Amino acid sequence: MTINELERTATQVRRDIIRMVHGCQSGHPGGSLGATDIVTALYFDQMHIDPAQFRMDGNGEDMFFLSNGHISPMLYSIMARRGYFPVSELATFRRLGTRLQGHPTTAEGLPGIRIASGSLGQGLSVAVGAAQAKKLNGDPNLVFVLMGDGEQEEGQIWEAAMYAPAKGVDNLIAIIDYNKKQIDGSTDDVLNLGDLRAKYEAFGWNVLEMNGNNMQEVVDTLNLARKNACQGKPQVILAHTEMGMGVDFMMGTHKWHGTPPNDEQAANALAQLTETLGDY
Amino acid sequence: MDFTIQNQKDTRSGFGEGLLEAGRRNPKVVAFCADLTPSLKMGDFAKEFPNRFFQTGIAESNMINMAAGMALSGFVPFTGTFAAFATGRVYDQIRQCVAYSNKNVKIAASHAGVTLGEDGATHQILEDIGLMKMLPNMTVIVPCDFNQTKNATLAAAEHDGPVYLRFGRPKVPNFTPVDEKFVIGKAQMLQEGTDVSIFACGHLVWKAVQALPILKEMGINAELINIHTIKPLDVEAVLKSVRKTRCVVTAEEHQRNGGLGDSIAQVLAMNAPCPMEMVAVNDEFGQSGTPEELLKFFHLDTPDIVEAVKKVVTRKQ
Repeated sequence: MTINELERTATQVRRDIIRMVHGCQSGHPGGSLGATDIVTALYFDQMHIDPAQFRMDGNGEDMFFLSNGHISPMLYSIMARRGYFPVSELATFRRLGTRLQGHPTTAEGLPGIRIASGSLGQGLSVAVGAAQAKKLNGDPNLVFVLMGDGEQEEGQIWEAAMYAPAKGVDNLIAIIDYNKKQIDGSTDDVLNLGDLRAKYEAFGWNVLEMNGNNMQEVVDTLNLARKNACQGKPQVILAHTEMGMGVDFMMGTHKWHGTPPNDEQAANALAQLTETLGDY
Repeated sequence: MDFTIQNQKDTRSGFGEGLLEAGRRNPKVVAFCADLTPSLKMGDFAKEFPNRFFQTGIAESNMINMAAGMALSGFVPFTGTFAAFATGRVYDQIRQCVAYSNKNVKIAASHAGVTLGEDGATHQILEDIGLMKMLPNMTVIVPCDFNQTKNATLAAAEHDGPVYLRFGRPKVPNFTPVDEKFVIGKAQMLQEGTDVSIFACGHLVWKAVQALPILKEMGINAELINIHTIKPLDVEAVLKSVRKTRCVVTAEEHQRNGGLGDSIAQVLAMNAPCPMEMVAVNDEFGQSGTPEELLKFFHLDTPDIVEAVKKVVTRKQ
């Protein structure tokens, strides 16, 4: 896909996010909007995947894990737009009986989801396990995982961060949604993350950085990470993003982490996001 | 059942042999261990299948989730650590990525209960059966001796779905048949009787076996059933026995709360209420000592089972 096409897709995904959380008056718009460009690039440009023939085992294709499961509206929109399930199903988000549970799960049989997430700190470990399975199977495809930056406060992240380089799990690309905000405020105030680059480098990772809301930079950096992969070290990308990106009043604050817009706010937000691919 | 003691062996060694055999039968069987390879008897597997053995270091959370990630691709991962660290420490990881996600992970847990011995209460988990059986999708197995643990390990490897396999540290009498096929969820009749149903699991099965001749001397014809699978519970076998004997004693190396006795009590209360006594630890933590000292101290020994039977038979009258 061209950069322009990716950007148009991301804009529609942002509309979907607003409409989904507004529709059920529940969910997490801020982080979803911020991470949209990265995951759009992964699903529409970077990953070798076959949505029409979803395989739980992921053999013979790239795999993606969303560790910070609360930004599920973003993932659901992208998966639907990519063809994993009907776009119309986005209207069921968080409603009783839906396959689009508040946090992603395999329990309802939604194609494209391979494991539950929501309780933070676990996705990197899952991705490491999946990457090791690919090595055992001789599968040359890669494993991607997206984590939150606040999630880096979980101790288990650092268990996995220590394990992957030590055991040569180099077919793994981790991305940190580095928006510097979490529920209670800025990461600096809640629990200062310190120098994430230096920390991951000290653990033995190859660290890349990018503006996670600049599509050209996202694609270029993912291309570089793929090129670096399978040469001894796992890759981690610090993706500098803006929580709430694309909706002016949701940016520059942590307040929209888990708060849905009311009718007026939703209309305001949607007026800022062009309908590019048709609303569900 | 022939109660001849074949030898004295630890159940964890039964797991080690079972894991090796499972690895030979199925190339998809892999194993993770959090720095307890000799304790879990996983060394032979690691030696024979170095590419399928993953030393995680002392990082149990990472181990459980890596196993879940690997299970996705059709592998059958066993994770190995002490029962205390295999359950309580990683409950959320098991809950989200193994049970809720229904991944084919086998959680092998050694050194369960007070028979861990001298290490004391921090390591003697007595709550693990309850923690694991509360999770939807989870199968909970507590075999009684070396042979049964080996056979249960092979059954767990063939079973599709999450399994919690609990075993222990000390050498105990090995008496079940060498190659008896282990059927998950099918209670094992050890002796038929008419006066009382004794339902036991794990190390306390042998303690109950030893109670049988003592009870016979007293004129009590006891039925002994090994409930090696706590979940799914063989409800049919429990009710069939109870409808005959009309009173029950349960015996386990676990808290009353959440254990085998708790599961049996639910079945009885809803289907066939009758007098029941529980031989179990009652809302306290363990402590240091030898396994046999501790079984006596916590009233988990043969005389305690005999006393419980005497009491419950009296209550029935």
